[in-house]
Amino acid sequence: MKARVFVTLKPGVLDPQGKAIHHALEGLGFGGVQDVRAGKLIELDLADGTSDDEIADMCRKLLANTVIENFRIERLENA
Amino acid sequence: MKSAVIVFPGSNCDRDLKVAIELVTGHAPEMVWHKESELPAGIGLIAIPGGFSYGDYLRSGAMAARSPVMRAVSEAAGRGVPVLGICNGFQVLTEAGLLPGALMRNAGLSFVSRPVALTVENAQSLFTARYRQGEAISIPVAHHDGNYQADGETLDRLEGEGRVAFRYSESVNGSARQIAGIINDAGNVLGMMPHPERAMEPAHGNEDGRRLFEGLLEAVA
Repeated sequence: MKARVFVTLKPGVLDPQGKAIHHALEGLGFGGVQDVRAGKLIELDLADGTSDDEIADMCRKLLANTVIENFRIERLENA
Repeated sequence: MKSAVIVFPGSNCDRDLKVAIELVTGHAPEMVWHKESELPAGIGLIAIPGGFSYGDYLRSGAMAARSPVMRAVSEAAGRGVPVLGICNGFQVLTEAGLLPGALMRNAGLSFVSRPVALTVENAQSLFTARYRQGEAISIPVAHHDGNYQADGETLDRLEGEGRVAFRYSESVNGSARQIAGIINDAGNVLGMMPHPERAMEPAHGNEDGRRLFEGLLEAVA
């Protein structure tokens, strides 16, 4: 079983990387970009039967720093 | 007095810290590898050095904060043993939950490596007793992730309780309220981005860091 964990900065937390990407896009002539936020995608290959709670626990204990980051778990059941 | 410097894969200021502690105490600290689950008995000071532990993978300090030795460090901190985290050591302490907040990428995105002007915000602490309240000092920084952030309530509490030890006198990295170093609520854990171990003797160009070690060692001796 596979799962994807998306780690993103909490709203309101300044994202200097996102800002730099935004400026670079503008520099390339892409107009109409309102905002850019950069995050992380972590792919986990898990034993069958790993519960959502266990994955959330992994996120809270290591994968995300919940002081500044949110996480979202996406299970890929047939992967 | 027995002291320990924790060494992670990727630490690179561990030897400087050892030299600084030895210079002031006359005794070489024990260098404790991150895989150790216990600290030497009767330890009076734990120092967590700068560097790029685990290559800054995931987040600066994140992997190091979960290494076996950090359980022993947390336990010792809970007993009141002084813990000093410098640069990556500060990042490790926030990731380990021993200090509040987080250290994010510098607002300017650049690695900053130069002496910076600091103000001593609390000269009453275990770590700052040899400074004068409000004193202007200069200590080098060298970091990419020194942008200290915490929610407003935490920042207010840190300020209100005198737990901001050092503040940048200028904007260096985007840190909230220009915070450069903070102390835990019990007063025995300090995390700071500037490197006092790089300002120890005339050859360094400045000795403003030395008094941090002198004051600390006087307090714990």
